[in-house]
Amino acid sequence: MAVILSFVAAFLLMLVPLPDGANMYRPDWVVLVLIYWCLELPDRVGPGMGWVVGLMVDITQAHLLGLNALGMTVVGYLANRFQYRLHMFPWWQQAVSVFFLLLLYRALVGWIRGFVSPVYLGYDYWVPCVTGMLIWPLLFVILRSTRKTSRVH
Amino acid sequence: MRDRETSNTGLFRFALLVCFSVVVLIVDYRSHYLQYLRSALATVVTPLQVVATLPSEIAERANIWFVSSEGLRDEHEILKSDFVQLKAKLQKMQALERENENLRHLLDAAERVPDRVLMAELIKVSLDPYTHKILVDRGLNDGAHVGQPVFDPTGVMGQITQVMPFTSAVTLITDPSHAVPVQVQRNGLRTIAFGTGNAHQLRISYLSHNADIRVGDMLLSSGLGGRFPAGYPVAKVISVENDPGEAFLNIDAVPAAEIDRANQVLLVWRGSRTSRLTQVPAEEIEGPVELQAENLDLGPGLD
Repeated sequence: MAVILSFVAAFLLMLVPLPDGANMYRPDWVVLVLIYWCLELPDRVGPGMGWVVGLMVDITQAHLLGLNALGMTVVGYLANRFQYRLHMFPWWQQAVSVFFLLLLYRALVGWIRGFVSPVYLGYDYWVPCVTGMLIWPLLFVILRSTRKTSRVH
Repeated sequence: MRDRETSNTGLFRFALLVCFSVVVLIVDYRSHYLQYLRSALATVVTPLQVVATLPSEIAERANIWFVSSEGLRDEHEILKSDFVQLKAKLQKMQALERENENLRHLLDAAERVPDRVLMAELIKVSLDPYTHKILVDRGLNDGAHVGQPVFDPTGVMGQITQVMPFTSAVTLITDPSHAVPVQVQRNGLRTIAFGTGNAHQLRISYLSHNADIRVGDMLLSSGLGGRFPAGYPVAKVISVENDPGEAFLNIDAVPAAEIDRANQVLLVWRGSRTSRLTQVPAEEIEGPVELQAENLDLGPGLD
């Protein structure tokens, strides 16, 4: 339940309109939440969940179906795979790993989009990776506290 | 041993999912078969989109509360005078339309069936900033279909590329993957306007150096692609650059529609597609409305 609610919150954060200037800083909320649950509940949340959530993102964002699904499957798999290591890391090292996961996700999605249509992705395309990394410790603390109160194991 | 086994099945499942995603991607890119899947899943997502618009909607409502009565009175005056002017124009247009019909009849040309429109409101959710798409609150239930042209009161906005039960996604003419067949209003020169990814810019890339096109020329939809009905304003030329080193002219144009400001758009049913109209609730169509008075004679070779 907590998992679903947190994803709903992430979707809302993804959709809420922001002023034009702030739009490019918006982190990939859904991916961040996915990474968190992949680390915390590796036997329940993984690439499969990533695929489903990614498909939902594709529909809300009017993308080609399968675009974000693919990206999030990869992120989910890697986060699952390295969850022991990531758990050992201090928070800043964890944030850096999250940065690389986000970077990989964006690179994959951007690469496929380049195939499909002539879209120009400038430097600002990569900004959400940085904001995602910066917001990660905060998100981690918030989600962990909600997990403790709702007792998800 | 057991650990390795589980990691192997994990890897297998992962590979399967990746393959499946790629298949879905290709099928969705190449065909419209996944339309139903999209519709089904969209019913789950649409409530989220509605909830996400609430904050901005509340802010808007609050704004309305605090509008001064003077401002409202001024606005009312402006709207009233606009209304009278437009009505006068419409009368003239109706006469012209009838005349045009008669003339076409005399010439034995096919009659132009007027286009029908349906108002749609923008759903203000944030879509990916790298595609120029908007979400509107009309979908399959209102008879919207993929490829349907979308206008705002001042010009061509784009076309519907995805239809869901209650919403549809409109790809704007400024999207880098979009192109509109256009025609210069002044002389009927036909060309194509490409989107650039900038909401205030369209680009015309394939006109030779001696083409007769000037700054200030109005570009109308030519109707050649079969998507957009002919004669609606698309863009205005703002710069024509003639670089002898290049094969074609560099021409920039500004879209006539308020691409990034419009709150309400019009879905247009082409006149010839009257069968589609039966799906539209009758009270929502306020008679056949034509947006543009010009029934231009666009030179030989057309119609």
